[in-house]
Amino acid sequence: MLALFYIFIAVAIGVSFWQITRIMNLRSVIATDKDNATQGKNAIYFMVFLYAIMIYCLIFMNVIMLPESASFEGEHDDNLFDITFWLIGVVQFIMQFLIFFFTFKYKGEKGKKAKFYADSHKLEAIWTITPAVVLVVLIGYGLWQWNNIMDLSDAENPVVIEVYSQQFRWDARYAGEDNTLGLGNVNYIKGINTLGVDMTDKNSQDDKQVTELYLPKGRKVHFKFRSQDVLHSAYMPHFRAQMNCVPGMVTEFGFTPKYTTEEMRGQSEVIEKTAGINKIRKAKGEDPYVFDYVLLCNKICGASHYNMQMKITVVEPAEYDKWIAEQPTLASVIK
Amino acid sequence: MSEHHHKETFVTKYIFSQDHKMISKQFLVTGMFMGIIGVFMSMLFRMQIAWPEKSFSIIEAFLGPHQTDGVMNPDMYLALVTIHGTIMVFFVLTAGLSGTFSNLLIPLQIGARDMASGFLNMLSYWLFFISSVIMVISLFVEAGPASAGWTVYPPLSALPQAIPGSGAGMTLWLVSMAIFIASSLIGSLNYIVTIFNLRTKGMKMTRLPLTMWAFFITAIIGVVSFPVLLSAALLLVFDRSFGTSFYLSDIFISGEVLHYQGGSPVLYEHLFWFLGHPEVYIVLLPALGITSEIISTHSRKPIFGYRAMIGSIMAIAFLSTIVWGHHMFVSGMNPFLGSVFTFTTLLIAIPSAVKAFNYITTLWKGNLQLNPAMLFSIGLVSTFVTGGLTGLVLGDSALDINIHDTYFVVAHFHLVMGVSAIFGMFAGVYHWFPKMYGRMMNKTLGYWHFWLSIICAYGVFWPMHFIGLAGLPRRYYTNTNFPMFDDLSDINVVITLFALVGGFGQIFFIANFFISIYRGKKATQNPWNSNTLEWTTPVEHIHGNWPGKIPEVHRWAYDYSKRVDPKDDDSDYLHGQDFVLQTTPLLDGEDPS
Ligand code: HEM
Ligand SMILES: [Cu+2]
Ligand SMILES: [Cu+2]
Repeated sequence: MLALFYIFIAVAIGVSFWQITRIMNLRSVIATDKDNATQGKNAIYFMVFLYAIMIYCLIFMNVIMLPESASFEGEHDDNLFDITFWLIGVVQFIMQFLIFFFTFKYKGEKGKKAKFYADSHKLEAIWTITPAVVLVVLIGYGLWQWNNIMDLSDAENPVVIEVYSQQFRWDARYAGEDNTLGLGNVNYIKGINTLGVDMTDKNSQDDKQVTELYLPKGRKVHFKFRSQDVLHSAYMPHFRAQMNCVPGMVTEFGFTPKYTTEEMRGQSEVIEKTAGINKIRKAKGEDPYVFDYVLLCNKICGASHYNMQMKITVVEPAEYDKWIAEQPTLASVIK
Repeated sequence: MSEHHHKETFVTKYIFSQDHKMISKQFLVTGMFMGIIGVFMSMLFRMQIAWPEKSFSIIEAFLGPHQTDGVMNPDMYLALVTIHGTIMVFFVLTAGLSGTFSNLLIPLQIGARDMASGFLNMLSYWLFFISSVIMVISLFVEAGPASAGWTVYPPLSALPQAIPGSGAGMTLWLVSMAIFIASSLIGSLNYIVTIFNLRTKGMKMTRLPLTMWAFFITAIIGVVSFPVLLSAALLLVFDRSFGTSFYLSDIFISGEVLHYQGGSPVLYEHLFWFLGHPEVYIVLLPALGITSEIISTHSRKPIFGYRAMIGSIMAIAFLSTIVWGHHMFVSGMNPFLGSVFTFTTLLIAIPSAVKAFNYITTLWKGNLQLNPAMLFSIGLVSTFVTGGLTGLVLGDSALDINIHDTYFVVAHFHLVMGVSAIFGMFAGVYHWFPKMYGRMMNKTLGYWHFWLSIICAYGVFWPMHFIGLAGLPRRYYTNTNFPMFDDLSDINVVITLFALVGGFGQIFFIANFFISIYRGKKATQNPWNSNTLEWTTPVEHIHGNWPGKIPEVHRWAYDYSKRVDPKDDDSDYLHGQDFVLQTTPLLDGEDPS
């Protein structure tokens, strides 16, 4: 690969210089009818190329994209995305056609006269009003969905979890029996109290600190995010969820998991994507990959930003209850 | 000014020149130099993404202490991305683009002998030059240049403990940007005053070419928003050096609690994006202005909807100052604000759509002269549409939540502002090269340059959308730590190959540019048969632009192919030819359109 690469560069440079010296001796500078004809045709060839890569990507890259939303709230995101994407897709195909087809069709010729056409209030009204109407729909649906996902007030008995970030790791703290997180501040960070939890706060006693997220299927999860050093962002792409972690402030987000990890592994899109990945991994002699939900850092935070992740496992509620009961409380760990 | 001949030395003519035409060339060449650095950086970090942790001797050669055995360090990856972004946005597409063409064209197209203040104009260039030098010097700082992303969000940018680039490198970044902002402000004020006051007789605001409108509004946006960035940067300097806590609070790093209390990084984000978003229009509007002029001239047709174009520039400019929050949907700000910003953001689609449709209608039934300048303008319309459409996805807060800071964003903004504005800049250079250097650029090389550039631009940025939709975050040194991204590696190689070819393809332009300065074919006075005033000046540059009196203007700039009978496309040209200089008086009974 490397040798190929150097050869490629050498050839590219060689050809460029040879071409440039040859061409600079042609002292033609303004497009003639012949140029217009050639370039007009090139516009069509280019349009074909553009359509080809657009369609190729749309079809063949489907498999690499994220599978269907694993949270209930994300369903509407997927819906809204599909609507928007189809819409802009159609507009894109039409507009690019007009641009390059006109370039070809109206290429200059001696003796041809351009149409003197400076204004048309009717046309302008059409292309002001049409986008405006379409936008009303998009904005309307978008705002409704935004309220939907950002409103955390109506959830009954949510699972409250603090997601805690630092260079370059994630931790989590479950709220325990009382479902209320104890206060935290960097001033309390000491020894094994790595999240800086205020142990004099009675709400802190039953909190449980873990390094991996377990979520019960079908129950609303209410996340509170904190950071102890720089900005991070908790990105959970499978759930269509993301929120920045800001030092000095608690940010919030919530969703309801829809599929357990097991269920997701059996989902057709996931099976297909995993198979593709494993083919590549096998060729490289790496262990096979098994699907898991992850939380990634998505705000530049330093050298190891690219490797700041936490596994998320969604399980049936009963199994979740069992798991959480096994975790030690902070009071029993931090003396 | 032209009356009294002052002696010119080499220094006053080529270095401390106060002549707008010379200053414009200085901006262009400096911008091109910075552009080469910026593009080269993107090629280096693209290599790391395509072939993660593979050893390359060119990386060994260029990155010195910031690589191990030919593999760049993660810190350096972030530094390259940061400086690439900074250079491209500010140094190439703000100073290089606006600086070049505002300076060249404003006096020439409005009929003025020079800028309102030649001295301030010179100062503006030299401040820009100094800030460029400082930015380049920052690359050689021991701990590396600024690496917190071009947005330099604190606390990362404020704490050297967090990333080495936030030490001396970041200090130089801030100094450089402060000087840059001063340069940009002086320049903008000069442009505004000149356009307001120095228009020649008959050059009403409603007769200004669209380039002038675009530069004028751009300068206004710059004056409104750049000072806010300056304040943001100053407060950051205070936090870094004088112990204040504007942006910092409750931080525990390297085993100790820092003293900062009560500040918020979200404040910085607000201040930054209050400039940051208008900035993308500062980059883009001049390119759109240039395109309007070029598409009209080379189509031999009036620009369609002149007034609608001005209206949409103004609407975009106004809206651009109230949408900054769309960069902050997931920053932790109040969700209600998110709703407001979604609404204002999506509104921008309307004036943008008007512009795109108007360009396409201008092409319709034209007599297109497909010179390189024209092709680049058409290319701009194409990439502007492609990139603009995905704005509808990102501007919607409910959707942005899942693609914010992924490669989808990188693809979007490169197409809509990066590639579009670069294409506008190339178009401008090909079109006005004869005005700058009195010679013509070679068209064959121009064609090569164009097709290579647009193919590679789409080859790089179209597939990048899909990588983003796969969930890949931007600013990742490598994605090999996530098996879920393993199937992106082939696409990443393809993207990088396109990037390398596209990068090298710019040799066609650079060679053409520099060879043509010395050996290009001599230009005629009005090579493109254009209507605007700059083509009434002599080919050889003179102080004061016109040898005699400044010409008077009698009509708008777009009377191309005007007919005897406006209803009849087959009737003769009203003025005997398909263009009518703005200086041509109206005939008896002629409709001024
Ligand atoms: C040769 C052409 C170019 C290539 C291949 C390229 C590639 C890239 C890539 C891949 C990134 C994202 C890296 C990451 O997030 O890890 C990036 C960042 C960026 N590029 Fe470019 N780019 C090019 C030209 C431009 C131009 C013309 C502009 C002008 C607007 C530009 C502005 C930026 C900005 C603002 C960033 C963000 C930097 C940051 O994340 O802090 N680039 N570029
Ligand atoms: Cu991070
Ligand atoms: Cu913006």
